[in-house]
Amino acid sequence: MAYSEKVLDHYENPRNVGSFGKNEANIGTGMVGAPACGDVMRLQIKVNDDGIIEDALFKTYGCGSAIASSSLLTEWVKGKSLEQARSIKNTDIAAELALPPVKIHCSVLAEDAINAAVEDYMKKRAS
Amino acid sequence: MSQATINKPIYLDYSATTPVDDRVVTVMLKYLGRDARFGNPASRSHVYGWEAEAGVEQARSDVASLVGANPKEIIFTSGATESDNLAIKGAAHFYSKKGKHIVTCKTEHKAVLDSCRQLEREGYEVTYLDPEANGLIDPGKFEAALRDDTILVSIMHVNNEIGVIQDIAAIGEICRDRNIIFHVDAAQSAGKIDIDLEQLKVDLMSFSAHKIYGPKGVGALYVRRKPRVRLEAQMHGGGHERGMRSGTLATHQIAGMGEAFRIAKEEMAVENERLLTLRSRLWDGLKDIEEVYINGDIDQRIAGNINISFNYVEGESLLMALKDLAISSGSACTSASLEPSYVLRALGRNDELAHSSIRFTIGRYTTEQDIDYTITHVREAVEKLRELSPLWDMYKDGIDLDSIEWAAH
Repeated sequence: MAYSEKVLDHYENPRNVGSFGKNEANIGTGMVGAPACGDVMRLQIKVNDDGIIEDALFKTYGCGSAIASSSLLTEWVKGKSLEQARSIKNTDIAAELALPPVKIHCSVLAEDAINAAVEDYMKKRAS
Repeated sequence: MSQATINKPIYLDYSATTPVDDRVVTVMLKYLGRDARFGNPASRSHVYGWEAEAGVEQARSDVASLVGANPKEIIFTSGATESDNLAIKGAAHFYSKKGKHIVTCKTEHKAVLDSCRQLEREGYEVTYLDPEANGLIDPGKFEAALRDDTILVSIMHVNNEIGVIQDIAAIGEICRDRNIIFHVDAAQSAGKIDIDLEQLKVDLMSFSAHKIYGPKGVGALYVRRKPRVRLEAQMHGGGHERGMRSGTLATHQIAGMGEAFRIAKEEMAVENERLLTLRSRLWDGLKDIEEVYINGDIDQRIAGNINISFNYVEGESLLMALKDLAISSGSACTSASLEPSYVLRALGRNDELAHSSIRFTIGRYTTEQDIDYTITHVREAVEKLRELSPLWDMYKDGIDLDSIEWAAH
């Protein structure tokens, strides 16, 4: 199993690794996956008053493709609106990272993560 | 010199396979080529056949000698997988009138498990025992699983993933008392620990060449003569190997296996000491890392194997981070299915620890520098991946991961 350059790059040069305070009002947190499956992603977004994602951080327990998928997502959502972030498709992630078929589910999980983060933020705003 | 300098990773996967020893290659070449002994060992009428046969019989004797068997009790096959198939299906079919119950263990190699599954499809009943948390079978629990209609037991000597050594002497006594055929897969043990079939009450034993510096594609099956064990052949066509395994003998392969076993007999004791020293060095360099666990009993274990779970770090990401090391993981991501190692699951390891395991197996060509390089890089990789891990964060915050309701996909 040779690792694609792009996937390796996200591990060798991690970007946006970390966490915000969970309970701050302008932070949305999405935690998806399960240790039993070998994949857990935590994606957090910091949204400004105009509904634009200013910043995003992630942490992932999972294989190289999972780490790269979530890392890539944090890069992509910065500067986007919530709607735009939610419309990112796992197929885009998979294509960008050249994920083999057996790793496609990692990109699906990343898509779930951003949706969960957006949902969490919206719930906070609503309450 | 550390292997990492030759642009290939350091090889630490000796349980997967081993390089063929130079001395073995030399012997094998004697049976290939026009000027070599290329004849068919079954050709009775000319010197080409006789000299090839001599090579086979020498190898047979070398294999028998390592394990305390009579050469007449050694059948050559295409590998331990075939030997397992022949032993299990062969014995089950031959003795089916006596009964149709088989006992084995959940941690067996797939060659044994899948052969048993096949027999289940044919109407046999199989009991798959759970090992204790250290990977070892409890003889009391084993005995309790035996029935009046049990005809065959198959328990591996050394497990390929965790390297633990089963007490086949004790299990053999129990089986012999009840006249139950006892098969042992010794693919990972022959040449690594002592085997004396004159003492052990084992009826069938599978051997592999490529786990002990011999070539791939050849193995053997020990079939006891006193008391006599019969098998239904699985390969038909010519009656070779006392009717138990037809097919022209691959002289060069067999000669290679014989030489590998001869070398193993000579060098095993010294090699084991060296491997134990190296493995202890490796563990000493890693054991103070927080939340690391050895999978399987550390004492009842072959010297060259250590299988470690690095909690909160997933196995495949660790392999990626350690691309200068050739190792393997019990993580699901490294298998074709998405399920973690069935061996680690059978030990009762929870899924996280099963997903976080790395198997390091060292061997004849592993050096101290290899070990030191490994220690440095494993420490670095684990630290880095834990920085990336939300589970490590949660652990550090004192959160009990078992209490979380995960949104699994």
